[in-house]
Amino acid sequence: MIKPIIAGLGLAAVLPALALAECAEVSQGDLSVRAAWSRATIGTARPAVFYVTIQNNGSTDDRLTGIETRVAGMPMLHETVTKDGVASMPHADAIDIPAGKTVSLAPGGYHGMLMNLEAELKEGESFPVTLQFEKAGEVSIDTEVLPIRAREAACGVAP
Amino acid sequence: MLKTIRIALWIAVAVSLVVVGVLLWRADRQEQAAAFRPAFSLPDETGAIHTTEEFKGKYVLVFFGFTNCPDICPTTMSEVAQVMDDLGPQAEKVQPVFISVDPARDRASGLDEYLAAFHPAILGLAGDEASTRAAVESFKVFADPEKAASAPGGYTMSHSSSLYLLGPRGDWLRQFEYGTPADDITADLKGRL
Repeated sequence: MIKPIIAGLGLAAVLPALALAECAEVSQGDLSVRAAWSRATIGTARPAVFYVTIQNNGSTDDRLTGIETRVAGMPMLHETVTKDGVASMPHADAIDIPAGKTVSLAPGGYHGMLMNLEAELKEGESFPVTLQFEKAGEVSIDTEVLPIRAREAACGVAP
Repeated sequence: MLKTIRIALWIAVAVSLVVVGVLLWRADRQEQAAAFRPAFSLPDETGAIHTTEEFKGKYVLVFFGFTNCPDICPTTMSEVAQVMDDLGPQAEKVQPVFISVDPARDRASGLDEYLAAFHPAILGLAGDEASTRAAVESFKVFADPEKAASAPGGYTMSHSSSLYLLGPRGDWLRQFEYGTPADDITADLKGRL
């Protein structure tokens, strides 16, 4: 009688951890990269997005200088800048990842713009993205395709 | 004694003048706000023209954007979709409208299919250059093709990224700046419905 309850409680404790663990994390050098996600697309005509969280655990600054992925012919880094209520999306040459800081590419700020899609991004699928860092080199991470209505990573990582 | 009363009376006069002034100023401001009725007259994907008149009696949430934008537009449409879901039955008194500032390209790539993926209630409008310009000017917002070789089609758009709320008589009520959580928008609307 008691056993199933204990098992149930154990499961209840473990399940959220499992849900979090679903979010891939890749570490290389001082950097850890996690919570990579994108939104499903309709066809390939419109660009897709790439969001990710990068943590610099070291004592030297690094920079994200570019992204590569097989799903898009032309991936680029952009920043959404809102000034006086007007949004513009200038190209970002590089994104600083200061020592000891966590930087998120997230809605309304820095984001990867995946242009010239090779195929429609379907919800539930995932694809690899390689991030190029000035010091840490190349880091590849599996990127989850979330529903088109998604507003944040499924594993709920906040900056 | 008499002097004290005289001073007190003068203070009372001063205070009442200030109060009257504030009341007049507020009445004037309310009148001005009520007088601002931005308008659009734009076709949907089938070519049927929709105007602000058509939605009298409803609250209208207007967003200017373009579907080739990977960040702000999907994020805002997601918020709007969440608001419509959270409003439940009251959602029928709210009409979300997406006005394309990149109409030719948005028509070609299927505006309705795109918006329906967020929420079936969102009405997508894409006019010609003149009617789009007229809507942008009427709402006193900003939309400008920004030359950038890095964007698909060779340019991207700087555009006003707020949601604009019109009341049941078509009068401008307020804007929700980009990033306003869906819960806050829902709470504001519920307070009015």
